[in-house]
Amino acid sequence: MRTDLPRTKRLFAALAVTALTVVAGAKAQAADIELNLYSYRQPFLIKPLTDAFTKETGIKVNTVFAKKGMLEKIKAAGDNSPADAVVTVDIGRLYALKEAGVLQSIKSDVLEKNIPAHFRDPEGMWYGLTSRARVVLVSKERVKPGEIKTLEDLADPKFKGKICTRSGKHAYNVALIASMIAHHGEEAAEKWLDGVKANLARKPQGNDRAQAKAVYEGVCDIALSNSYYMGKMMTNDKKPEQKEWANAVRLTYLNQDGRGNHMNISGAAVTKSAKHKEAAVKLLEFLSSDEAQRIYAEDNQEYPVKPGIPFSKVVKSWGDFKVDTLSLEKIAKLRPAASRLVDKVGFDDGPGS
Amino acid sequence: MSHPTAVADRPATRALSRFLPSDRWGIATLVVALFVATPLIAVAIIALTPAPDIWKHLYNTVLFGYVRRTVTLMFGIGLGTFILGTGTAWLVTMCRFPGRGFFNWALILPLAVPTYILAFVFTDQLEYAGAVQVALRDMFGWRNRQDYWFPEIRSMGGAITVMTLVLYPYVYLLARAAFLEQSVCVIEVSRTLGKNAWQSFWHVALPLARPAIVVGMTLAMMEALNDFGTVDFFGVRTFTAGIYDVWLNMDSISGAAQLAAVLMIFVIALIMLERSARRGQKYHHTSTKMQALPGYKLRGARAGLAIAFCALPIVLGFILPAMVLLSYSVVFFDVALKANFLTITLNSLTLSFGAAVAAVGIGLVLAYGLRMGSGPLPRAAVRFASVGYAVPGAVLAIGVIIPLAKFDNAIDALSSQLFGVSPGLLFSGTVVAILYGYLARFLALSFGTVEAGLGKVSRNMDGAARTLGATPFQTMARVHFPLVRTSLMTAGLLVFVDCMKELPITIILRPFGYDTLATFVFQYASDELFEESALGALTIVAAGLIPVAILALTTLRSRPGHATGSCSA
Amino acid sequence: MIPPLTTQQTMNNTTAPGLHMQNVSHAFGSHEVVIDVSVSVEAGELVCLLGPSGCGKTTLLRLAAGLEDLQRGQIRFGDEVIADSSQGRQVPPEGRNVGLMFQDFALFPHLTVMENIAFGLPQKNAGRVGWVRDTLASMGLAQYADAYPHVLSGGQQQRVALLRALAPTPRVLLLDEPFSGLDVNRRAQIRQDTFQILSQAGIATLMVTHDPEEAMFMADRILVMRGGRIVQAGRPMDIYFKPEDAFVAELFGPINALPGQVSGSQLQTPLGAFPAGSQQDGATVRVLIRPEALVLSLPAESAQGPALTVMSARSLGRSTHLTLLLEDGAEGTVLSARMPGVFLPDVGSRVHAQVAAESLLVFPAE
Repeated sequence: MRTDLPRTKRLFAALAVTALTVVAGAKAQAADIELNLYSYRQPFLIKPLTDAFTKETGIKVNTVFAKKGMLEKIKAAGDNSPADAVVTVDIGRLYALKEAGVLQSIKSDVLEKNIPAHFRDPEGMWYGLTSRARVVLVSKERVKPGEIKTLEDLADPKFKGKICTRSGKHAYNVALIASMIAHHGEEAAEKWLDGVKANLARKPQGNDRAQAKAVYEGVCDIALSNSYYMGKMMTNDKKPEQKEWANAVRLTYLNQDGRGNHMNISGAAVTKSAKHKEAAVKLLEFLSSDEAQRIYAEDNQEYPVKPGIPFSKVVKSWGDFKVDTLSLEKIAKLRPAASRLVDKVGFDDGPGS
Repeated sequence: MSHPTAVADRPATRALSRFLPSDRWGIATLVVALFVATPLIAVAIIALTPAPDIWKHLYNTVLFGYVRRTVTLMFGIGLGTFILGTGTAWLVTMCRFPGRGFFNWALILPLAVPTYILAFVFTDQLEYAGAVQVALRDMFGWRNRQDYWFPEIRSMGGAITVMTLVLYPYVYLLARAAFLEQSVCVIEVSRTLGKNAWQSFWHVALPLARPAIVVGMTLAMMEALNDFGTVDFFGVRTFTAGIYDVWLNMDSISGAAQLAAVLMIFVIALIMLERSARRGQKYHHTSTKMQALPGYKLRGARAGLAIAFCALPIVLGFILPAMVLLSYSVVFFDVALKANFLTITLNSLTLSFGAAVAAVGIGLVLAYGLRMGSGPLPRAAVRFASVGYAVPGAVLAIGVIIPLAKFDNAIDALSSQLFGVSPGLLFSGTVVAILYGYLARFLALSFGTVEAGLGKVSRNMDGAARTLGATPFQTMARVHFPLVRTSLMTAGLLVFVDCMKELPITIILRPFGYDTLATFVFQYASDELFEESALGALTIVAAGLIPVAILALTTLRSRPGHATGSCSA
Repeated sequence: MIPPLTTQQTMNNTTAPGLHMQNVSHAFGSHEVVIDVSVSVEAGELVCLLGPSGCGKTTLLRLAAGLEDLQRGQIRFGDEVIADSSQGRQVPPEGRNVGLMFQDFALFPHLTVMENIAFGLPQKNAGRVGWVRDTLASMGLAQYADAYPHVLSGGQQQRVALLRALAPTPRVLLLDEPFSGLDVNRRAQIRQDTFQILSQAGIATLMVTHDPEEAMFMADRILVMRGGRIVQAGRPMDIYFKPEDAFVAELFGPINALPGQVSGSQLQTPLGAFPAGSQQDGATVRVLIRPEALVLSLPAESAQGPALTVMSARSLGRSTHLTLLLEDGAEGTVLSARMPGVFLPDVGSRVHAQVAAESLLVFPAE
């Protein structure tokens, strides 16, 4: 071991240097404007956008990605939090951040012009950047067009053993159930969820793509999914089997004769403790601009929030549809109730339990 | 040294002094243990904010399901790791059969595979569209699901299988060491008393190795408690899933912290139960005679069975995932090239190495402090600090960030006031926070291993060194350190491998622009792009192989007679 | 076997202090293991603590070494106070300069024989290292200097452990069951060697043992301990011949016990009458007789003493062990006897037994 000691020492030195570099680095960053971004969206998805932003404004963007704990991190650091802005992939996080009091209200003509009112917070605490529809992917072979038209239909006994979904506790499903509570009240929503549970083909599991795959495999006929996954499967050259899955299903928007399809958003907000508020606002404005909205639409198959920006070719092929304009804040507020409903009916235990 | 004698006459003071450590080692142990346990204490403090409606709701709905599934998972993994770990350890230490030398070290390999990777690979291969079922359908002409039955991989059984395959090496390593240290005499006595090899194993070797095996199983089961990624992937809703649900969907961090606190209490109760069951039984060896182990020679069908039993976990837990990852890595090589893959790998390596060194250092200090004989309080504090291993990583990360940010803010305020310079977040915004998180998480691993190693050094060694003029510190450096070097190495390597795989703490606590292999894998895996992350996962496995190889070459070769001392003739 | 050690070994003789432990008490939790014990060992003297396991003797040794914190009492080396409970003073073990040898020897398995012995030596003490080398050679261990302890025999390990304890010229030497780990054949020789080494070292030595023969052989004085207290202290001969109670008498092995009655100046026992000595008239007493104190003779005109029936007679080579039946009541009493040489009467035959009055150990009846 004696011979190892110098090596250990060297490593300690290396570690110390690393730590100091990071600290010093953080200091140096303060000199020129660098924006610190907490992202709930994967870095490889956000990078094309931040790169474009840097190119346009010269402001560098440092990103850190996580799915949990960001809120607590910002809150704990208080005024010293290095985060200037946050981007999220669902309304739940945006709302939780707002409720925690770590966001600040932004007033920007650009943002207000680019983003329709129902996609942003009334107080300007957060702004939606893209929207996504939670749709059903139905078997082309086994489900006739028009056979399923509404979310409510999912509880129809005629679909017994035909429905696949991921966990009811996933943020996307929680928001969907919250919208049902908002529209029908808790009692009716519970009855509905119970009906959907009874119609499940198997215990909720896997992710959204896995549900399309299950339809392809004949496990079930109807799969709940976010719209952009369909687009991504259709264009996946590296994994051609996913194209086959997509080929087996038909994307169906729901409640088109009524309130419209349930929507969720990805969005962004500026933190209260932002050291570079101006730059942060600039980033938000950029993300709502034509250029960024187009990147969102093309690269990620999402719906741009800015009116007039065309859908991607694939998304366009599904046709136009009517969106449910239910207040996103209302959905967010009802999330805990929705989550409890999932527990109450034992949704994740699967059919026949 | 301490001097409790001056106050020994006053009963009240004596009662107090018996409770509070009075010697330097006791105080140091207490302080260090509390430092490591601070994140847990922070979680406990968050839990103090009442969240009554959450409990009522959970009680009325899913709580018992969570508990039932968690207990099932723990029991299954406990049993699975026991059978695989103890069985393989017994075979390679006590029997002679072809390939034994290879299995001896190869059985550790699955430790390098992250559980979530194995979960993905298993699902990929065993689900309906996976290679196995496709082959079966081709072979038997089945057309669809209704034609045949196949076990559902996304299930409790799947979760237990996958986690057992990754976690059994803990039991294997510890049981193996314990079997090697057993005096061959006791087994021979058992044979002469008319027990056959199997009965000798069951009645003599196994009970003697029980403490080591239990430590290994405890580690595996604690891992089962804190895991979220794997059980979530398999759709098994355990207590940990409930914690995240209450936190993120019901927006109640205090409710989540309360659930986590219950988890901690459960783990502490379990550990205390095991200890009390063991109380009174002293497992030190009555003879230190270390002859060559008997080596039952296995031939024919028995040898074949032994080979199959040892090969199974290696093939399923290592070779299969490595092959699958390798094939995807080739296809998706460009993804990794786009990212700054070398830097990411270096980050992972330095971080894990730093954490391993720190965890072993602190583990040594704590184990040594307890050995130097302190009161019950330092002992309790160390036990509590070890519970971090069972707490879901993301919850622990919150426990790290809150006190650390408070500390940083205090420093910042002080500095601004005194020098007019605001240093910002000195620790919580840097890799120091990750290291702290790793420490809080993996102390059980390093402390447990070091303590077990120190426990094997006769206390008379301490006495001999001290009376020969060595101070406690010199005794540690000159006697204990060399004697437990193998244990330290093992502890360091275990922590290293685990840090390479660790995800939730890393992802929450890392500074801007700081990526590791695990976060690289996660960013794709979380967007349902497992294949893209293959190279990262493969690198984690490969990096884990280095320490596993060192472990194999050093500890597996160490002669037990050397490590324990051969005192009596 | 051991040639004379070099003169360096005997240095400091003049300044070697005694070991004095005064009114020492010690408890583990609520369990008192040492109760108000005082021990003094002068320089050059070897004192044995003799007693069954658990009597507190090892704790006393550990207290002297500083491996346990002194709870009550005082320990001095000569005039220097090493530990004193009333002052809260505790010199740590490394500051005491004591030599301590353990029952299991506690040799460091990761160090060679030479490194083990040199462990307590200051880095640059060439003279002392030379002494170690010479002593090793004189013990026939020279070729093992660079070997690891596990290749040594028990006896060799014992000597290395002793040398290790003596190498730093300790002020006081403490030995914890130094011979119990050795096999019987080698024990006598090693004991002899150790005795020689210690007598040359000339320092105060406190040795713990449960083997009375060992204590007799090694000790200048013996302290018999029982239940944390010293029950008798004295020269080995006194302990053997004048035990102060039955416990001490029985330490030396199985012993014959007979009832006795004092009447007038006579002590009446089943083996005959003896002078009562200081016993009070009318007292009922317990008479203990060591097996070797029974002198047996075959029936002849000159034979004296009561006749006993031989139940068994086994030759042990050097001596003969017999069990005898004394018909003194309905069931009779079985006595053991040990005769030197070969004395093998037929089983069932009668022999006569004689006891010297001075070898009777008389205690009040229980």
